[in-house]
Amino acid sequence: MSSSLTAEPSAEHEQTNTDTMQDSFDFERNEQHPENGGQMNEPSQEQEQVNMSVAPHSGRPCMQLKGALVPMTVLELNYFELEQFTRDIKAKTSQAPDFFDNLPIVIGLEKFEENGSLPFKQLIEACQEQSIRVVAVRGGSELLQSAAKQAGLGLLPKQKERQTVETAETASPELPEPSENTQAAQQQETPTVQTQVETVEIIKKVIQKEKQISKVVHQPVRSGQQVYAPDGDLIVLASVSAGAEILADGNIHVYGSLRGRALAGVKGDTQARIFCHSMAAELVSIAGQYKISEDIDRSVLGKPTQVYLDKDALRFKEIDL
Amino acid sequence: MAKIIVITSGKGGVGKTTSSASISTGLALKGNKTVVIDFDVGLRNLDLIMNCERRVVYDFVNVINGEATLNQALIKDKQTDNLFILPASQTRDKEALSKEGVEQVLNELAETFDYIICDSPAGIEHGAQMALYFADEAIIVTNPEVSSVRDSDRILGILQSKSRRAELALDPVKEHLLLTRYSPERVENGEMLAVEDVKEILAIKLLGVIPESKAVLTSSNSGVPVIHDQQTDAGKAYDDAVERLMGRERPHRFLTAQKKGFFKRMFKGSATA
Ligand SMILES: Nc1ncnc2c1ncn2[C@@H]1O[C@H](COP(=O)(O)OP(=O)(O)OP(=O)(O)O)[C@@H](O)[C@H]1O
Ligand SMILES: [Mg+2]
Repeated sequence: MSSSLTAEPSAEHEQTNTDTMQDSFDFERNEQHPENGGQMNEPSQEQEQVNMSVAPHSGRPCMQLKGALVPMTVLELNYFELEQFTRDIKAKTSQAPDFFDNLPIVIGLEKFEENGSLPFKQLIEACQEQSIRVVAVRGGSELLQSAAKQAGLGLLPKQKERQTVETAETASPELPEPSENTQAAQQQETPTVQTQVETVEIIKKVIQKEKQISKVVHQPVRSGQQVYAPDGDLIVLASVSAGAEILADGNIHVYGSLRGRALAGVKGDTQARIFCHSMAAELVSIAGQYKISEDIDRSVLGKPTQVYLDKDALRFKEIDL
Repeated sequence: MAKIIVITSGKGGVGKTTSSASISTGLALKGNKTVVIDFDVGLRNLDLIMNCERRVVYDFVNVINGEATLNQALIKDKQTDNLFILPASQTRDKEALSKEGVEQVLNELAETFDYIICDSPAGIEHGAQMALYFADEAIIVTNPEVSSVRDSDRILGILQSKSRRAELALDPVKEHLLLTRYSPERVENGEMLAVEDVKEILAIKLLGVIPESKAVLTSSNSGVPVIHDQQTDAGKAYDDAVERLMGRERPHRFLTAQKKGFFKRMFKGSATA
């Protein structure tokens, strides 16, 4: 759960070395990270293995820490007044009881009134009554943070402006979208509670992802040439010749024929995909799983195709328009 | 402004020298002051095809090394006005071509010539790279078969990354596809790639298609570039290609197999495309 806390170092961990194009992939490699919940394309390996266990399990570690990215709901608090808070939170939860059932939540304190006091015990209990579990606070003054710590909550670093990534649609399909009117009304009466489904910390990751600059190639990639898009997607607005090789940490798009080798997700991103206008590849690979031309589905040869990883297997699917 | 055009292919024996001879002759016949340089140091044969091998005194490498002036080395073509040949050395190897030396010779030629045609050696090594380095345009000579197409693709990649224009981030080298030794019958039989296939794979503009023709060999043997013989399909096809190189529109011909019997008589000599 609190795994999002460990996600941060992974960002640094993935620093790209653009000089090692040749070494950046390895067909033997096949890491699986089911823990990441499929939410983000988290290419990190396990951060560290913590070996704390002893004898009975024959040396098998009792646990391991993994970086993972989990969508979290943040409850942004403007001020705290128990009665009103209870009323507001009830109103929210009644909109989508299933969604809130046993929902872990982070209290966002960025907008909390200055010098306001916050009895965390009351807050946690009020949430508990609606079966919401407060797990951490984000931001807030030092005073508030130490109070939160006392109350057994985790601490997340303050969120910078404009980093909110609204993922309401995907994360909570059950949650009815507020109409513009109610949104406006809510803003007018400055509610104590502003629930927002968003991805915490992770944000950093997301921001980083946004910054990833896709590499766009306008000319054909010729035999003997190699093009690598570190960090992001590779987009080729022409054909890729037999004998050419294209690689990307992210997805690969080829708007012409793909006749050479295409390797997507070379740092292990199992969510990466390859798209091409016409499939005639010598080799395709995603996150180290590869197929050579003779093993490629005959049915997609010469057709617009996408290639993706389904568990351990490369799948070829015609893009049927 | 002189135009420097390299005639290159990657693969050997596809018709670079044959094409260099006919294209430079064609340009000269159409009033352009033209020089053709043999970059195939050690294997010279451009002078044979152009019938001037007995007049070679100094060569390209002598000029680079300062052992002769350009005027001493240039051979004036006897059949065609406006045409000069700078022969290769038979006795040196390709390493004798230094970038600075080549540049100096090209600069000097550029002062007086409209077109400088560089006949590249096969391969992608030093000699071929020197031939293409200073090019403004490139004619990629390709035979309609897979290995030749692959090598042409490779040389196109080198043009994009290792030419002077690429290194200085100038406008890229203008690329032309010249498909030679084309045999429509063999294409129909599935023994050769069709023009369309080659165009699709290489994705560059088609300058011309030169049919497979016995006339090419006989004209090479007699030292008269085939473009002089406008009775032959190959001669006509080279003439079309030169027109297109000079920016004029010409329909492509000799792309389909000759019809037999009645049809052959009906369409004899007519253009098909
Ligand atoms: N259109 C054609 N029809 C028939 N034969 C041809 C044609 N074009 C070239 N040839 C023949 O192919 C052979 C090779 O031609 P050429 O010497 O021009 O090739 P090249 O690319 O310059 O070779 P190299 O790589 O050795 O320099 C010669 O024997 C030539 O007569
Ligand atoms: Mg030659």
